[in-house]
Amino acid sequence: MKRNDLILGAAVIAAAAVLLIFQLVRSGDSAAQIRVTVDGELYGTYDLSEDQTVSINDTNRLVIENGSARMEWADCPDQICVSHRAVTRDGESIICLPNEVVVSVEDSRADTPEEEQIDGIVQ
Amino acid sequence: MKNRAAYFGVFTALALIFSYVETLIPINFGIPGVKLGLANLVIVIVLYKRGWKEALLLSVVRIVLAGFIFGNLFSILYSLAGGILSLAVMAALSKRDLFSVTGVSMAGGITHNVGQLIVAMLVVETYQVGYYFSVLLIAGVLTGAVIGIVASEVLKRIRIF
Repeated sequence: MKRNDLILGAAVIAAAAVLLIFQLVRSGDSAAQIRVTVDGELYGTYDLSEDQTVSINDTNRLVIENGSARMEWADCPDQICVSHRAVTRDGESIICLPNEVVVSVEDSRADTPEEEQIDGIVQ
Repeated sequence: MKNRAAYFGVFTALALIFSYVETLIPINFGIPGVKLGLANLVIVIVLYKRGWKEALLLSVVRIVLAGFIFGNLFSILYSLAGGILSLAVMAALSKRDLFSVTGVSMAGGITHNVGQLIVAMLVVETYQVGYYFSVLLIAGVLTGAVIGIVASEVLKRIRIF
């Protein structure tokens, strides 16, 4: 164990902690929306304050209750999204990689009008 | 070096067994994708004892085999990205005298997670996975440190080959 090892570890942990604190501070509770995308394309947006069950392409089932959203069922083998804890804060997300489903919490007040959004990005 | 192929076979078997042992450990950190990476112990030791070429080959073989046995095509893709990136960084750092085995392994753990995250961003086509970035950085430091400490103790004690 060298001194440089400790410096490296401490520096990365400090940077990560700053990033984490920044994320937590920025995302206070608000009029949050649940945004579901499949394969990068928007599948639908749902109100987080309204209890409901959303079936996503028959591959995943999302349950919204008590201001939080969780993945109740998925047909994928790894079940990581199902065991993921419920999301409530702005910026949090549940991701099912095999089905390319992304469930994210977003602040509805920060929504840009449809015509101001970017149509696409050419890479 | 005699018996090159035989040693490589033993290392591959050892790395695969570690992959298997890891699936038996029911630790869930509450964060998807965070695990100890026991197999990287073998990779780090081989990197120091046999050079980066053999470590790279071992890493790729291990990931493909473990992927077919325990995972799926997706997990192979993520593991390959993380494994190759982390091995490149570890190989570069181990050449210099800047870090000890522990520091090199830490850097490997961090870059392993970063590599996987980048692939996840490309596959899902969203920046939302970036939310995990800070958590994965911390996880990379911790798991890398544990593996590095064990690896340096093993390297101190083995004399053969």
